[in-house]
Amino acid sequence: MKKLCLSLFALLGLCSCTSDIWGWYVINPNTPSGWINIKFLVSGMGNTILISVTAAVISITLGLVVALPGQSSKRVWRIVNRVYVELIRSIPLLPMLFWVFYGLPIIFKSMGLNIPIDPFWGAVITLAISDSAFTAEIYRSGIQSIARGQAEASQTIGLSYAQSMRYVILPQAIRRILPPLANQFIYIVKMSAFASVIGMQELTRRANELVVTEYRPLELYSLLILEYLVLVLIISAGVRWLERHMGSDERQ
Amino acid sequence: MPNTAIELKNLNKWFDDFHALKNINLTVNKGEKVVICGPSGSGKSTVVRCINKLEKHQSGTILLDGKELTNNSKSVASIQGDIGMVFQQFNLFPHLTVMENLILGPMKAQRQSRQKAVEIALHYLERVRITDQAQKMPSQLSGGQQQRVAIARSLCMEPKVMLFDEPTSALDPEMISEVLDVMVELANDGMTMVVVTHEMGFARKVADKVLFMDQGQIVEQALTENFFNSPKTQRCQTFLNQILKH
Repeated sequence: MKKLCLSLFALLGLCSCTSDIWGWYVINPNTPSGWINIKFLVSGMGNTILISVTAAVISITLGLVVALPGQSSKRVWRIVNRVYVELIRSIPLLPMLFWVFYGLPIIFKSMGLNIPIDPFWGAVITLAISDSAFTAEIYRSGIQSIARGQAEASQTIGLSYAQSMRYVILPQAIRRILPPLANQFIYIVKMSAFASVIGMQELTRRANELVVTEYRPLELYSLLILEYLVLVLIISAGVRWLERHMGSDERQ
Repeated sequence: MPNTAIELKNLNKWFDDFHALKNINLTVNKGEKVVICGPSGSGKSTVVRCINKLEKHQSGTILLDGKELTNNSKSVASIQGDIGMVFQQFNLFPHLTVMENLILGPMKAQRQSRQKAVEIALHYLERVRITDQAQKMPSQLSGGQQQRVAIARSLCMEPKVMLFDEPTSALDPEMISEVLDVMVELANDGMTMVVVTHEMGFARKVADKVLFMDQGQIVEQALTENFFNSPKTQRCQTFLNQILKH
C-alpha cells in the first residue's frame, strides 16, 4: 500500500516540478501526518463500495420487477411500467436524495411508523430507486432482443410465462445485458459521491473534511479522483472477466 | 369418445385490418395426416398457429378432442403439451444442451423427475437417431440434426397432435430427407399430424388429406390421390404445375 501510494505520489509530483502551486506534503506518505491523511482518505473506500454494491443489488432486482410488467400483454401493466420508468428517471439524483433523507421520515412519522433513515440507507435507497428505472430499460431491451420464437417454443412445451422467463428468456438475455448493467454499476459508484452531502463517511466526504482542515483542495481532490479511477478500473476488469466466462457458450 | 382430434368451424383471424383467415373449416380425425400447402402469405402457418393458440382468433370455434379452445389464458395453458409444434427456425434453446432442451418441458411443465425425463428424452432421441449428440449445444449440430432435436423435444411432452410449420424450409437441401424420414416414421406410428409444407413428395407419401390455401381461404380440400390427380380449381392446378414442374 505504501509503495503504491509512493509511486502515485511520484507520478503526481512530476506535474509539480515546474510550479509552486502544488503542496504534496499534505499526502506525502513519508511524513507521519501525510500518511495519516492518506489513510483517512482511503478508508472511505469501504463505505463507497458498500453503498454501491448494496444499491446495485437492489437496483438489479427492482429493475427486473419493474421491467416484467412492461412485457405483459395487459395494457394496465405496461402503463404501470411506463409511469415508473418515466417518473423515476426524470428526477435528478440530488433532489431525490434530499427528499428521501429529509422528507420520507416525515411521511413515515405521519403514518405512525418509526423508521429512521440513516445516511447509509438514505443513499442506498436513493441510488437504487434512481438506477432501477435505467436497469428496467436495460432488461427490456435484453428481453426484446431474444427472438420471439424462443417464447413460442417454450409455450408449446407447456412452460408457463414465469417458467419461460426463468429458464429460457432471462438466461439468454442476461448475457446480453451484462455490459450495460456493468455500465450502470460504474455510474452508481460515481453517483455514490452524493451521499457525502447527507453525512455519509465515504470517499468524497473524507476528502471534503480534510480540505476544510488542510486547505489543500487541489492535491486532495486530485487524489480523490484517482481513488475513483482505480475503483472503476478494477470493476471494469472484473466485468470483462465475467463476460468471458458467461458468454462462452452462446455462439448462435 | 369422439374420433375427431381437431375441428375448426368458421375460423376468422385478422391482423389489424388484414383478414388473414376467412371462414376456415377443417376436421382432422385421430391418426389422420393433413398437409396444408399454398403460396406465401396464404395463411397456412396462421391456421397452425391458431390451433395451438400462438395466435388469437377473432371468431369461429376451435375444438380439440371435442373441447372448445378460447383465447382465455387458462384455456391456452390447458392444451400446451397436448399439441406439439415444430417450427421452421427450430427454436431450440441455444443456452441449453440437447438433453436439457428435451427435459425442460417434462420436468417443469409436467413435474416429472429428472430421471424419468431423461429416460423419455433418450427414447425419443433414439427415434430421431441422435442419441450420441445429447450433451452437445444446439449450435454444434447441423440444421437437420437441430430440427430432429426439435421434433424430439415436442415428442417428449407426449402430445396427441403434432403440428409442423414448414419444418424443412430453412434446411440445406441435403438435410431435408433426414427430417422427412423421421416425420414419415412418426406418421406410420399413427400420430395425428398437421403439416404445412411445400414437400409434395412427402404429402403424396404420407398425407390422408391435402388442403390448398390461397389468400386466407381453403380453396381446395381433397383426399391426397384426388388432390394430385384431379385438382378441381384452376388456382390449385396452376400452383401444382408451378411446383411440380421441375
